[in-house]
Amino acid sequence: MAERPDTDVLFKALADPSRRKLLDLLHANDGRTLNELCEYLDMTRQGVTQHLNVLEAANLVATVWRGREKLHFLNPVPLQEIYDRWIAKFEKPRLKAIADLKKRLEKGNG
Amino acid sequence: MARSTFVYVTYIRATPEKLWSALTDAEFMKQYWFGTHCASQWTAGSPWKMVYPDGNISDAGEIVEADPPRRLVIRWQHQSKPELKNEGESRCTIELEPFGTAIRLSITHTIEREPSKFIEAVSGGWPKIISNLKSLLETGSVVLLDPYPVTR
Repeated sequence: MAERPDTDVLFKALADPSRRKLLDLLHANDGRTLNELCEYLDMTRQGVTQHLNVLEAANLVATVWRGREKLHFLNPVPLQEIYDRWIAKFEKPRLKAIADLKKRLEKGNG
Repeated sequence: MARSTFVYVTYIRATPEKLWSALTDAEFMKQYWFGTHCASQWTAGSPWKMVYPDGNISDAGEIVEADPPRRLVIRWQHQSKPELKNEGESRCTIELEPFGTAIRLSITHTIEREPSKFIEAVSGGWPKIISNLKSLLETGSVVLLDPYPVTR
């Protein structure tokens, strides 16, 4: 499978502690304004805006206008795609083993 | 008023018509929604329901707006678990916007209460469904066949 450019953008967006902190903040409490997010980061408003723009370009943050307020939401879909691509396949045999065990134990009770 | 919302966005390489049909065709839906499907006439005012693979109804409501292939708004209430049903109606807005060679698909789900167990429950499911839908439309196959292989 050819590597798509948006995968690079995604990993670059994640490769910064301030941007991960912004994602953590949205994960804890979604739908925040720039002002609310600025309170938690020791940097200028412009700095936070730039980080949010990188996150939005990587589709990790989605924004919605509510009146005059721009709200920022954590968008986990690109992370789900990483999970699907590299992790899901390793979980299947393990999950199947647990499911089989459960089935066998429950049969034993009946 | 306090509200709980989530917004999920993905970019899918497909035509708006194909994506709209993927979101409204029951048989196609089952392929990426783990056997679940939604049934409706998909016109404003028509009833809408979500049906589990075993035939039980998980959620029900009404189509508030339908503007194919651009915008769909569903009045949505959970049915099977009392603690989620008691939270009342939510609103799900699905928007499709052309974006270069792809479509920007956004799903905004809101309930007028905070915190909300319902929003917590659906927010876990949507990314898997959207990711599967994207994969199915772009590559012809889904990645995840079962969302919760142990508990089901």
